[in-house]
This record gives sequence, C-alpha cells and structure tokens, in this order.
Amino acid sequence: MTVLHEPVDGAVRAFFAAIGRTARLVGAALAGFPAVLTRRDCRHTFARQLFIVGIGTLAVATVVALFTGMILSLQLGIAFRQLSLEGMVSTTMSYAMLREMGPFMTGIILAACVGSAMAAQLGTMTVNDEIAALEMMSVDPVRFLVVPRLWAMTLMAPILSFYTCILAFLGGALVGYTQLNIPFLQFIQGVLDAAEMKDLYVGLLKAAVFGILVSGISCSVGFATTQGAAGVGASTRRAVIYSFLAILIGGYFITRCFYVL
Amino acid sequence: MSSESEPAVSFEGVAKSFGARRVLECLDLSVARGEILAVIGPSGTGKSVTLRLASGQLFPTAGTIRLLGEDLSALTADALSRLRRRVGFLFQGGALLGWKTLAENVALPLVERDRLPPADIEARVRAALAEVGLADAGDLYPAEVSGGMVKRAAFARAIIEDPEVLFFDEPTSGLDPVMSRTVDGLIARIGRNRHAACLVVTHDLAGALRYVDRIAFLKGGRFLQVASPRELLAHPHPEVRAFLEAQSLEPTP
Repeated sequence: MTVLHEPVDGAVRAFFAAIGRTARLVGAALAGFPAVLTRRDCRHTFARQLFIVGIGTLAVATVVALFTGMILSLQLGIAFRQLSLEGMVSTTMSYAMLREMGPFMTGIILAACVGSAMAAQLGTMTVNDEIAALEMMSVDPVRFLVVPRLWAMTLMAPILSFYTCILAFLGGALVGYTQLNIPFLQFIQGVLDAAEMKDLYVGLLKAAVFGILVSGISCSVGFATTQGAAGVGASTRRAVIYSFLAILIGGYFITRCFYVL
Repeated sequence: MSSESEPAVSFEGVAKSFGARRVLECLDLSVARGEILAVIGPSGTGKSVTLRLASGQLFPTAGTIRLLGEDLSALTADALSRLRRRVGFLFQGGALLGWKTLAENVALPLVERDRLPPADIEARVRAALAEVGLADAGDLYPAEVSGGMVKRAAFARAIIEDPEVLFFDEPTSGLDPVMSRTVDGLIARIGRNRHAACLVVTHDLAGALRYVDRIAFLKGGRFLQVASPRELLAHPHPEVRAFLEAQSLEPTP
C-alpha cells in the first residue's frame, strides 16, 4: 500500500510546495515595487514589459474582443428575439463584458501571449545557469526579473480589459445594427445605461488580480524549470494551463466576494 | 571573519545525496588562499556538484563546508548573499544575459549591487575586459561572439570585484586547444596576481597539469588522490593512471 501511495503523496506535496513557492514569489515581487521607481535597470525592464503586455497583445486583443462581442450579440439577439426583448441584448452584454468576459478574455490573452513567453524565457535562463549566475553575483533574481514583469502585467491588465470591453461593445453594436435592427447609438446607450460603476471597478480589479496570477505563476514555473530544452517546453505548457485554471478559480471567488444572490 | 592562514574553502566529511541517489561520500578537502586546485574525474562523478556545494548553490546532506571561514549551512540567505560578494563563479556556458552587451554583462554586479557612479563602472569594466583580451568587444552581444569570447567575458564579470575565491566550472569545455590554453593562462595569471583561491572543475587534465598547484581526482563520490601535478604523474592511483592514459598522458617513471 505504501508503494501505491508514495507517488500520489509526492505529487500532492509537490503541488502544495509549488503553490507555496508561487505565493512567496508573488509576495516578494509585490513588495519590491520601489525597485521599479529607484533602479534604472528595473525601470527599463518595466517599460519594456509594459510595451510587451500592452502594445504587444493589442492586435490579438482587438480581434478577440471584436469577435467575442459580435458572437455574444448575435447569440443574445437570437435568444431575445424569441421573447421580443431585443433591447435586452445591450444590457446583458454590458453585465457580461464588464463583470466577467472582459477581464476573463484579458487574462486568457495575457496567459497565452505573455505568460507563456515569460515562463519560456525564465526557464531558459534557469537551465542556462543565468539565474544561478545572478544569485552568485548577489543580484536578487526576483527584484531583477520578476518585479518589473509582475508590476507591468498588473498595471496593464485593467487597461487591456477596459479596451477589450469597449471593442466588444462596438462589435456587439455592429451586429445589433446590421442583423438585429438595433440602432448603433441606441445599443451603445443601452450598454451605458446598464453599466454600473461597481461593475467597472470589480472588472478592473479582477483583471489586475489575473495579471498578478498569470505573471506570478509564469515566473514561478519558469524558475522551477529543469532538464534542458524539453523542460522549457514543459514549463511553458504548465504555465499556460495553471494560469487558465487560476483565472477561472480566482474569477469565481472574486465574483462571489462582490456579488451575492 | 576568516584569517589569512585559514583555508579559503574547506570540506569536512561532506556527503551529498539527491533523494535516494548518493553522489558524494565523505569528502575532505581544503583550498588555501592563492592556491589553484583542480577537481578532475570522469563524467557524472559529482565534480560540478562539488563546485556548487563549495559556492553555496547546494547544501550538503552531511558534513561541513566552510567558505572564507563561514559555515555555509549555518548562514542566512542574506549572509550568504553578502559572502558571495567576495566570490566569483565562471559557469560552464558563461551564463551571460543575452539581451545585454558584453560590457553590460560585466558591469551587472556593479550596477545592480554596488550602484557605483557610471564613470567608475565604465573604467572598471574597461579594465576587466582588457585583462581578458576583450577591450574592443564590449559593445557586442553574446550571440554575436564566439564561445571563447563569451567565456572570457564571463571571466571578466567573475573578477570585476576582485574576489577572494574563484570557482570555475569546466572553463575550457567546448573550446579549441588554442582558446583553452588562453583561458587556462587567464586562470593561472589572475589567480596568482590576485592571490585568490581557485577551485577549477575540468575534464582537461593535460591543461590543468600546466598551471594548477594540486589536483583532486574524484571518482565514485570520493577523492581517490589529491596531489601536486608532479606527484600525480609520478605515483598515480590506478584509476588516475587509466585516466592519464586515456588522455594520452604518460605517468613519469
């Protein structure tokens, strides 16, 4: 029986150890914010990461947001037309995008486009002894590498989330105008009327938390890379999977905190 | 604080296991200041593990390792980080950061850690690069230069702060014979000029015989022989003899 339990015990222990390691890393990186302001190298990396997270994902975010809005509008239109409630399309889209879909899509885009690259880069640095070299030079790898990445993603994620919401509303309004006979401005007005400041704040907070989760997980997985090129590939895959899971689970709990039945 | 007479690096009954796999068993060794000691042995015998233990990147399962008088296992993370400021480490592949030029890589410990004025940093970087023969290559990126130049730039980075102890992990692996000799010459010259303790892990016995003070032959997790090059060639342990013969080196009668 012991033999059977050992691999399971080992996997469970490794899982909780990884969570603990990631939590410590995130804590240290959040506390390291002053380095972004005071350290020249950290500031440069931070600016570069802002560009990668913001501008680098803009094209993907634009297409994803626009088409998500169009699909959502079309599906809602089909459903609400049967009830003669086409006017509810914009209201429902406002709730869905601001509260859930905007931050969720942002998190997924960041995990796929940026988090995977972070894990691959830090993983390659780990197997090439570059992280060990930093430690041997008494240069803190967390401050040097993780702090600018985590803060750039945390600050940029809400902006990207807001942008995806706007694009999704435009996509929705376009479908509303062309296929549901809802005037463009009426659709946008419906979105604005339904939108509450709380929805916006919670959505932006959620995006910021997703930014922390994605960057923290990706950096942690990257640092834990072993076994050369194959290990880097495995780390990249793990970073994306864990980020997706964290976004879903974290998203539920944030919603549960702010919205009760 | 360590005294001058105390070994810069010492191993006392050091063992290291990874899970159930025992890599090193009861190692005893010391490296004095100004001494160059090479750890030699077949692949997979724990040479690099020995180096990583000596530099505090790994910790022993049993025994004590002292670096500049400090018991590495007893140090806090901060204390270990402070101690490492007195140590230089040359990694096998150089471990330079790909997005920085050679000069920026060499300057990294000064910029990140000591935060010296830019003029001082530039002067020290220029001197370090000149010392390893890369005076004109500072603006190039690691991907734009040869493996030998990467190694020499990493060497410059390791010595930029005048360390008391230098660790070298396979400093000549992947280099042609001429470049290997250049790197060996650098270790000998810089180690002696700066009176630094040097611990060199290498396969290249022929190269090491030219400049080291002592050689420790590691096999099966133990040092089979620790001797000067002359002594090693004159009275080699049978396993060392086989290693010498495999590298076309004849024991001296």
